[in-house]
Amino acid sequence: MRARNYFVGAAFAVLAGSMGHSALAQDIKIGEINSYSLLPSFTEPYRKGWQLAVEEINAAGGINGKKLVVISKDDGGKPADAQTAANELVSSEGVAMLTGTFLSNIGLAVSDFANQKKVFFLAAEPLTDAVTWSKGNKYTFRLRPSNYMQAAMLVEAASKLPAKRWATIAPNYEYGQSAVAVFKKLMSEKRPDIQWVDEQWPPQGKIDAGPVVQAVAQANPEAILNVTFGPDLVKLVREGNTRGLFKGREVVSFLTGEPEYLDPLKDETPEGWIVTGYPWYSIKTPEHDAFLKAYQAKYNDYPRLGSIVGYQTIKAAAAILAKAGSTDTDKMIAAAEGISMPSPFGEITFRKIDHQSTLGAFVGKTAQKDGKGVMVDATYKKGSDYLPGDAEVEKLRPKD
Amino acid sequence: MSVAPPLLAVEGLTKSYGGIHAVRGVSFSLRAGEILALIGPNGAGKSTCFDMLNGQNRPDTGHVRLLGEETTGKKPRDIWRMGVGRTFQITATFATMTVRENVQVALISHGKQLFNLWGSAPNVDRGEAARLLELVGMGGYADRPCGELAYGDLKRLELAVALANEPKLLLMDEPTAGMAPRERVELMRLTAQIAREKSIGVLFTEHDMDVVFEHADRIIVLNRGTLIAEGSPAEVRGNPQVQAIYLGEGLLYDAGHREGASA
Amino acid sequence: MAFYVVQFLTGLASAASLFLVASGLSIIFGVTRIVNFAHGAFYMIGAYIAFTLTERFSGAFGFWGGVVVAALAVALIGVLVEMVLLRRIYHAPELFQLLGTFGLTLMVEDLVVLIWGPDDLVGRRAPGFKGAVDFFGQNIPSYDLFLIALGPIVLGILWLLFQRTRWGVLVRAATQDRDMVAALGVNQKWLFTSVFAVGVFLAALGGALQIPRDAVHHAMDLRIIVEVFVVVVIGGLGSIVGAFVAAVLVSELNAFGILIFPKISIILVFLVMAVVLIVRPWGLFGKPEAAARKTPGLTVNPWRPLTSNERLAALAALVVAAILPLFAGNYALTVGSEIAIFVIFAVSLHFLMSVGGLASFGHAAYFGLGAYGVAFLAKMAGLPMIVCLLLGPLLGCMGAAVFGFFAVQLSGVYFAMLTLAFAQIVWSIAFQWVSVTGGDNGILGVWPASWAASPSHFYWLALGVAALVTIALRVMVFSPFGYALRATRDSLLRSEAVGINAKRIQWTAFVIAGTTAGIGGALFAYLKGSVFPDNLGISLSVDALVMVLLGGVETVSGGVIGAIVYKALNIWLVSQTDLSKLVLGGFIVLIVVVFPKGIVGMLEVLAQRRRKSSPPGSSLLAKPIESAE
Repeated sequence: MRARNYFVGAAFAVLAGSMGHSALAQDIKIGEINSYSLLPSFTEPYRKGWQLAVEEINAAGGINGKKLVVISKDDGGKPADAQTAANELVSSEGVAMLTGTFLSNIGLAVSDFANQKKVFFLAAEPLTDAVTWSKGNKYTFRLRPSNYMQAAMLVEAASKLPAKRWATIAPNYEYGQSAVAVFKKLMSEKRPDIQWVDEQWPPQGKIDAGPVVQAVAQANPEAILNVTFGPDLVKLVREGNTRGLFKGREVVSFLTGEPEYLDPLKDETPEGWIVTGYPWYSIKTPEHDAFLKAYQAKYNDYPRLGSIVGYQTIKAAAAILAKAGSTDTDKMIAAAEGISMPSPFGEITFRKIDHQSTLGAFVGKTAQKDGKGVMVDATYKKGSDYLPGDAEVEKLRPKD
Repeated sequence: MSVAPPLLAVEGLTKSYGGIHAVRGVSFSLRAGEILALIGPNGAGKSTCFDMLNGQNRPDTGHVRLLGEETTGKKPRDIWRMGVGRTFQITATFATMTVRENVQVALISHGKQLFNLWGSAPNVDRGEAARLLELVGMGGYADRPCGELAYGDLKRLELAVALANEPKLLLMDEPTAGMAPRERVELMRLTAQIAREKSIGVLFTEHDMDVVFEHADRIIVLNRGTLIAEGSPAEVRGNPQVQAIYLGEGLLYDAGHREGASA
Repeated sequence: MAFYVVQFLTGLASAASLFLVASGLSIIFGVTRIVNFAHGAFYMIGAYIAFTLTERFSGAFGFWGGVVVAALAVALIGVLVEMVLLRRIYHAPELFQLLGTFGLTLMVEDLVVLIWGPDDLVGRRAPGFKGAVDFFGQNIPSYDLFLIALGPIVLGILWLLFQRTRWGVLVRAATQDRDMVAALGVNQKWLFTSVFAVGVFLAALGGALQIPRDAVHHAMDLRIIVEVFVVVVIGGLGSIVGAFVAAVLVSELNAFGILIFPKISIILVFLVMAVVLIVRPWGLFGKPEAAARKTPGLTVNPWRPLTSNERLAALAALVVAAILPLFAGNYALTVGSEIAIFVIFAVSLHFLMSVGGLASFGHAAYFGLGAYGVAFLAKMAGLPMIVCLLLGPLLGCMGAAVFGFFAVQLSGVYFAMLTLAFAQIVWSIAFQWVSVTGGDNGILGVWPASWAASPSHFYWLALGVAALVTIALRVMVFSPFGYALRATRDSLLRSEAVGINAKRIQWTAFVIAGTTAGIGGALFAYLKGSVFPDNLGISLSVDALVMVLLGGVETVSGGVIGAIVYKALNIWLVSQTDLSKLVLGGFIVLIVVVFPKGIVGMLEVLAQRRRKSSPPGSSLLAKPIESAE
């Protein structure tokens, strides 16, 4: 029987290798990877975002006269599959650089791949600090504000609250753990008088919200830090509302102001949570207006944060390619280090020291308006203001 | 002069399930080369008795000794290693393997080759397997898949398998059940012949009284878990108690061949 | 005190929905012996349809009517699935139905996104149950009280249905002895269909009732299916009361466990299941499975070693595979390496499943342990690649030795579930023990040494190891040990009666399979340059099962073909389309219906037919078929 096996295998392998997207040799190709099938609620707007960017770039004459082509792959939420995709994009499609990824572990896997194969990688979304710090490398850059930055933004507001007894609820994996750890550390630095009275670690995607809410209420905290998102957040909010957990308590919450997570809550949106997010409806800057108009015109839909990330990822990639004037990896790295560019949120810079962009986030409070969740009193926090000093970063990051 | 211990000595075997005695104080013995039939009506405790002899089931009290060595509490596989072959009321064979392979498995086990990972099993003891199959008249079936065999052939295969470890004792639970009358006689003749040639003791249960009276050297009769009669075929046939049981059930020539599960 | 009462009630409310879904699964398994992987999918569709209906029709009638209509509609879908798909495969080898329902699940996950969109949907609250009830200063949601009452009510209705109706009597009889019911002249087809419909109805009802508490989204199915399996197994397969007790047990342990160990919920159910299965192998309320009546469909086609010609053909195929680097690009070679590694993984499980008759649902544990073994040796001890490759799989070997010892004490579905529990325990250790394993961020930088770094060299390495492993396992199939292992699979009774210590044989097979999987994992770590908890996760275990079943569980080396086809197709589809799950699921369902014996099994049947028809009038006695060695 084995006879046939290897024939089939070879046939498939050859087939897989020869399948490619038609792109002309003079085009500049970018390889993009994301968890499209696992996390469609985030990645669909993200895809729309980068597609808009590609359209705009090519309409404006491409990159130094060459047409930009983005080849996109699904990773199914698995690091191993992401590497297969990365390999295909690099070896088979011959892309100039890799971009994308959502989950932290996938971001790290692709970043390690990039380091090994000496490929430029612009991480769009993964939040873990490790991408630019403890496991940072020469080839990897990141767009989105990291866990640390978002925590620092929230701490700034949270430390002004009178609350002294705090409880935390976070999904039981690296993102949740490090978000809580950084928040606790920064918070305790500013407010040594704070007590941490309870912590809950529901498994990601499987929160049993009733018991969790009840347990937190029993500890009787004055304030709660929440790191859950997506369906877990919905369950937590619903149980919390019904059981009165949030009544008379301050809540500080990561990411909850992003339309992806806020919109599903509708008339159950809790009021007054301090959150990071993206209030697209109240940002009144020319850069954002232009983006919003173009996005709405193309899709007849409003943007989510994913749209911004997708859009800016490709815009940043194009800016780096244009500045480098080449698809040579070292030249792209040289071009990317310290590059500044416009974004819907204003000008951003990719720092030379740790390859983190200074894209910021909005911090505001949740509120209900016509039965929908919105962010009010939102202010934009520049990423550069929430990163530690250079000396500290040097210590965090291994030498290239 | 010390008397050599009998091949099989059973003493005061008792087993009860939830307060109901399935077997009560059964004692008997068996000499090498002797063919002993264990009979009794449905539910008499024959199968329970059998299961205790080869370790499938542990008696509450009593002893089973094989050539003087205690087997009570031992596992079936250990009792097999002491030289006890067994066939089952409902045949148990390896359905996806060929007839030869079935015998080879037993030979492999007998030769303590079970954990040999690299040898070539198809070549293990081919000659011996062929001889055993020939012995039970299955020589032409060696390459047939076991799952395709007729029931009578399966019974014969089981006999070949049971003979693979050169047993001193054969335990045969209804060896001819499910077979055509002519086949029954043939199989039992064959068994008796092998037993006498090799001096193997045979203990069997049977519903077919023709088979019993023709082949058994001695017969023991169980009823409601106790031994009620023992002796030569003629003695047992003449025993009024035995007659009463069988006539009472109208089953002296029982056509049914399956005992209730509780037996 | 009030707090503990409320926590207890909260646990009961969580138990209710778990019970609904679990009872459906349990009934279906009890009667049809189908391990219905799609049960979670039905739960999810129930929630989606209920969402649509309750959004459209307002008011109390709209809501409750919507919930019930949704469950009925899904039950109808269930009937359709049973009639069109499952009826064709009841007589396929055990677990083949698992493959079919797994394919369905994949399809449904993509379909709901296509139909309802990618966003998480939050439905209405239940009319009349929106608020909370004050209990000594603690709030209990009134909907929780509704669920708490619903659980026992459904239990009662099911009990009446089973005790007081003819249908129920038949279902109970079939649960105990399927063949007997068939012998009674009952129309088995419709009995199965109706049981499936009831089971699916319960699942969908469980899903629909989540509307007021949960968000409806496309991953709901996986979130619940594993947990439900666990509940059913803890309770005892086929036992409704058992499912109820187990659901309460698990939910209460979770509710109180998080007060002491907040991180426990990630692993709790599996710990409970492992303990229950070790102490009570048939679950709390289960009965021992009726002794070894072989599943219909098991082949009567004895295995044989390859003939000389076939060996030459296999060698030729290997040579063809080996010259691939001369004309294929780097990507194709890397894919080739990955496929070769999955061949190793699949044949290791295939050895356990098809030779040993032990279907492990947690085989990825040993694959992943091998990978982690390599990562520890390479990153912490800094050992060279060749040493890591040799020693890394030992971690898989040790894991298999420890877990296998307990697992082989069980058989059938219970064996499968205990292996699953062990795999989840290993997974959660890898996931939680961040300081050693790096948690979900894994261990990075495990790249091959320079001699194996180029794609072609690594491909040759992987291909060579895969060929060696396949040959070695094949030799073992036809070794005395292989015969003994097959003997324990075919008849435990007979093998014990010919002196075989079945448990030791099976344990040895488990260790061999685990070590082999570990070899695959070790190579995988170097292929990817990293290890993640995914490498020991459920989905990888399921992949392995699918590969084996796809190839044909009754064949000697079907795992090889299964791995190549499934992995190649998977990589290709993921690369080509975002709807890879839909296409792959459809493909699997198609295979299940068209090739119920798997791909290789089908080829064998065809070859056999040709052989039988070509020499007309030849003796029925097959010619000697072993090759001369």
